Amino acid sequence: MKLWNRLLCACRRRSPWVFHMNSGSCNGCDIELIAALTPRYDAEQLGVLLQGSPRHADILCVTGPVTHTAANAVHTVYEQVCGPKAVIAIGSCPASTNVFIDSRVLVGPLDKHVPVDVFVPGCPPRPDAIVRGIAAAANLLAERGGAESPKTPPVEVQAETESQEAEVHS
Amino acid sequence: MSLLTALARILIFPGLLFAIPVAWFILWLERKSIAVLQQRIGPPFGQPFFDFVKLLGKSTPPRIGLEGELMRAWPLLAVSASAGAVGLLPVLPFRAGFQGDLILLLALMEIPAICMIVAGFTSRSLFGEIGSAREAVLLVSYNLVFLLAATSIAVSQGTFRLEALASAPPTPWRYLGLLAILLCLPAKLHVNPFSLPNAEQEIYAGPMTEYAGFELALWQLSHGLEWVAGVGLVATLAIPPTAFAWLTLAAALGLGLVLVLLLSLVAAATARLAIDTTVRFYWQCTVVFAVLAISSALLMRQWL
Repeated sequence: MKLWNRLLCACRRRSPWVFHMNSGSCNGCDIELIAALTPRYDAEQLGVLLQGSPRHADILCVTGPVTHTAANAVHTVYEQVCGPKAVIAIGSCPASTNVFIDSRVLVGPLDKHVPVDVFVPGCPPRPDAIVRGIAAAANLLAERGGAESPKTPPVEVQAETESQEAEVHS
Repeated sequence: MSLLTALARILIFPGLLFAIPVAWFILWLERKSIAVLQQRIGPPFGQPFFDFVKLLGKSTPPRIGLEGELMRAWPLLAVSASAGAVGLLPVLPFRAGFQGDLILLLALMEIPAICMIVAGFTSRSLFGEIGSAREAVLLVSYNLVFLLAATSIAVSQGTFRLEALASAPPTPWRYLGLLAILLCLPAKLHVNPFSLPNAEQEIYAGPMTEYAGFELALWQLSHGLEWVAGVGLVATLAIPPTAFAWLTLAAALGLGLVLVLLLSLVAAATARLAIDTTVRFYWQCTVVFAVLAISSALLMRQWL
């Protein structure tokens, strides 16, 4: 049983399937999320697959500041994702509602509605930061084991700085 | 075929114990070769295995009543049918086949597709129903060619017994029939340009939309086993028998590998076709091969 759990956790780390949900975003972050899955960044190296149905996904990638119209959809889609699951807030909008703060049409930020595990700040964030965010969420899923509810505090993921990139390339 | 041989063939070789790793390898090879063609690195070796184990550990949405039982039954039935189809492949001259096992093989290869259609309708999801309707139309369009071609192979050598077909030297008419079967394989395996039943993103996931967890894992396994059965059927019938069984087996495995790469190349190079174009492709273009194969096979039989 212990061995099975270890295998299961290793596989969760290696096979994060994501579902992309737009909760009223300006499309900036959506373009960057798609860019993260294109050949230039090739997220499939980490086993990442973009799924069409939320039932198939492990990780919910939410962009946008959660508008009135989108709030119900966010709840529904979150419930449709089968456990164990993680939520990534992509961009500054779902984290803080960004420049739309105090707008009448918003009911955000996202963590008022669903528990968020990983924040990827930026307006929009770079694709490599999004890939890192997905990897961090997959690690969280593996570390949690069988537990459904998030016990770990949310993680914030930044893009690599230029000095870090230079280290990798040297 | 005794009960013991039948069980050994379904469970050990060429059945589940051998076919499941091969199915995962084929699914990996398909994704990897598409990635390489798109100048990517692609998924690591064993990715379908990781996906399978992860899906086994996920929860499934609560389903009640008869509908829930049926939703659980379809993927199980699909996996058992495709495992049975793989078990019938004439990979080793065991004298284990029986008269008419080609017909049983063709029937077992149809069952996963039929399960997929009813699964989509059972889920009562709008996208599932659209996907199922598309799958049904696809099934009708390629099966005309597929069954004609399979019959032509059997008629050209006067037997419906797979073992006799595999051990007889292939005639040119058999290659014509195999070519027609090969043209049907992309539709049977739902790879591009015939990926319209599960059309990713376009209709969410087609008949699979409501499936999650271990049921989805079973569907993936059944899809992999369908790959093994389809590619294995063409490979075992195309390789002429040699003096050594292992040489024939190695040649069949090699040809199977080439076929998987060829289908992946087609998948990477094409975009999804609309349903009317698909039907026209099979009923107007590909059917020529099948009709040619079966008519020449019948005529040859008259002369011989």
